Amino acid sequence: MTDTAHGHASSTGISNVKLGMWAFLGSECLLFGGLISTYMLYRGRVTGGPRPSQIFDIPFTSVSSFVLLMSSLTMVLAVSAAHKDDDRKTNLWLTVTALLGATFVGGQVYEFTAFYKEGLGFSTSLFGSSFYTLTGFHGVHVTVGIIMLMSLVGILKRSSVPGKKAEVVEMIGLYWHFVDIVWIIIFTLVYLIPV
Amino acid sequence: MTTNTADTTHEQQHGMTNAGYIRIAAILAAITGLEVSTYYVDFGVLFLPALLIMMVIKFVMVVSYFMHLKFDNKMFSFLFYAGLVLAVGVYAAFLATFKFFIQ
Repeated sequence: MTDTAHGHASSTGISNVKLGMWAFLGSECLLFGGLISTYMLYRGRVTGGPRPSQIFDIPFTSVSSFVLLMSSLTMVLAVSAAHKDDDRKTNLWLTVTALLGATFVGGQVYEFTAFYKEGLGFSTSLFGSSFYTLTGFHGVHVTVGIIMLMSLVGILKRSSVPGKKAEVVEMIGLYWHFVDIVWIIIFTLVYLIPV
Repeated sequence: MTTNTADTTHEQQHGMTNAGYIRIAAILAAITGLEVSTYYVDFGVLFLPALLIMMVIKFVMVVSYFMHLKFDNKMFSFLFYAGLVLAVGVYAAFLATFKFFIQ
């Protein structure tokens, strides 16, 4: 594929916007790598508070994970519709993606509340601190993604997208998929592998 | 006719159709189901390797197909995987320093 198709091409023929987004996502790997490593190191340090196996609700988190995974499908369908200049379907899939993301964040808020009631506060133990920091940072990323998606829907409805519309949708899609792949790792390492 | 042309153009650019994306999503959902089953079924010594392999497969599938890295310019793959490899290397060394792998 020629990247000039996406506009803003540099002398190398590569889209500058896309290049910048991939460099950003590469740097995000370092951010989440640090948070995941810290959690792995401290997950056994419970010091009187509840242990992960005592509070994790695997069926609930599995459903949340499935919802986020399916939001990646709806996002890629939005990107596909944007490339076909189908505004109605682009808006529809972007809205569905935002709703699925909001469902995931709602689940996370419910989960945090349940854990707090069971005695796991942010400063209860090193496990609690590293768990809330890791999953909280991820939740903030999802929330930022939802805000971007809904802003994009609003902008598309007014037909005032700066630059190439399909490229803007694709960039937000890349960010959204990245948030999904981070959760793929968190779900396995944090929830499914016992301490 | 217009839709077919648009489909072809998108497929030429990204190598995937909507049906292809749905197939990928179905495979990802099936792998997630298998992952969750490891919580209920005893896989013995295969438990940890199986989980890690399924995690990597899901990661690569989303990056390759949903993020189109498989069909895009190799420069993007370099940028992303350079960050990923750097992160894995740095934090593996960090965990080794704290004797994480020696239990």
